[in-house]
Amino acid sequence: MTETALAPSAASRPAPPPPLAMLAELTHRCPLACPYCSNPLELTRKAAELDTTQWTEIFAQAAELGVLQLHLSGGEPLSRRDLEPLVRAARAVDLYVNLITSGIGLTERRLDALEAAGLDHVQLSLQGVDADSADEIGGYRGGFVRKMQAARWLAARGIPLTLNAVMHRRNLDRLEATIALAVEMGARRLEVATVQFHGWASLNRAALMPTRAQSERAAAVVREARARLKGVLAIDYVPADHHADFPKACMGGWGSTGLNVTPDGTVLPCHAAQTLPGLRFERAPATPLGRIWCDSPAFQAYRGTDWMQAPCRTCERKTKDFGGCRCQAMAMTGDPAATDPVCIRSPHREALTARAERDAGGTAALVYREGCG
Amino acid sequence: MSLADHHRPRLLRGVRVKRDRVRGVDVLLAPERVLRLDPVGCAILAETDGERSFADIVAALAARFDAPPARIAADARTFLQTLIDRRIAEAR
Ligand code: SF4
Ligand code: SF4
Repeated sequence: MTETALAPSAASRPAPPPPLAMLAELTHRCPLACPYCSNPLELTRKAAELDTTQWTEIFAQAAELGVLQLHLSGGEPLSRRDLEPLVRAARAVDLYVNLITSGIGLTERRLDALEAAGLDHVQLSLQGVDADSADEIGGYRGGFVRKMQAARWLAARGIPLTLNAVMHRRNLDRLEATIALAVEMGARRLEVATVQFHGWASLNRAALMPTRAQSERAAAVVREARARLKGVLAIDYVPADHHADFPKACMGGWGSTGLNVTPDGTVLPCHAAQTLPGLRFERAPATPLGRIWCDSPAFQAYRGTDWMQAPCRTCERKTKDFGGCRCQAMAMTGDPAATDPVCIRSPHREALTARAERDAGGTAALVYREGCG
Repeated sequence: MSLADHHRPRLLRGVRVKRDRVRGVDVLLAPERVLRLDPVGCAILAETDGERSFADIVAALAARFDAPPARIAADARTFLQTLIDRRIAEAR
């Protein structure tokens, strides 16, 4: 058994290894308004969304290309009236189907239909551990109560559940309660993900940036909980970038393991790729997914290691982290091909740390995500 | 929970083994996980049905591969225990 052994180690033109996973942003519509939403600042409107037939075609193209896992995401995927037939279409081509949802919009009848359509797994987002804090972050009164109801419906049916908790300065001190809630809900897995400052979160750095002390404490809490809850709850922890020495391999390496499709069919190497200059992204299903994956210049731009500059170019870690996140490099240095400024070998690391520490001491009010009809 | 001889292990709901025709390998699909299975892993999971005990599984594999039961037991235990710890399988 070798985990991620299917992931390639380096770029290999002309035929890159196929992707393992696809994230389908079915819609940007969402009843919530989380200030860290990873959707782009410019949201796609309902009228521009792909229809059922087009998504069905994309799922078939994905399976043919080698995608094994499909993540149905948004916005809120339950905003799509055709979610049930979409799940059925994905299962028909033997994809593993994961639904990423806030739970808002779920009813018992819809859940029964989703289960009958073959839904494999549900990932429920958690905005906070009580109604006051959760509804404040989600910007939606009553959201927490409805989410807890959804969790009970899932548990009653035995549908495998992962709880996805986005952590930031306002809730990181309640990590123990978050873990306890995941156990209480009967979740099998918990993702403790420190907010990534892309999308709407980039407007909320000063409101949400965790402090170093918080991050260090969180790491210790996770370590203790993992040992205590072995075989009960699996915990994945994504710490704050700038409290590490080296960056994470963004998306497992650009164009290597996964791809994102936006509501209008635009195919991206990662969800923030549209913030990078000079890249033109193609649309599925009109342009087949396989052709985009293998041939499109945008997917080749930062695939592998050929595009790297110093210090990545000669670094022994370059096939481990692939130079980190392109979008972060762009945001912090203005150069999308620069070393991720999180890396201690980047000349921008000190500035990044200083800025994060300044933001962590900030007091800004939350800027909520906008709605889109 | 650690796997004992009398336990009857099984994969949890939401976990599937399938042939990946594109890559020509067998894979185990679980929430947020794709594990590539080697022939030994495949053989272990083929016996892991929630009915047979771990001792039965080891005996079947030892016969099938004509290998010493102690070694098979060690390999199968490590493999299944990892899946149990990660909430991919369970032992009852
Ligand atoms: S992060 Fe919040 S606002 Fe954005 S899609 Fe998810 S639930 Fe909706
Ligand atoms: S220099 Fe580049 S390749 Fe090396 S650790 Fe830093 S980001 Fe990774």
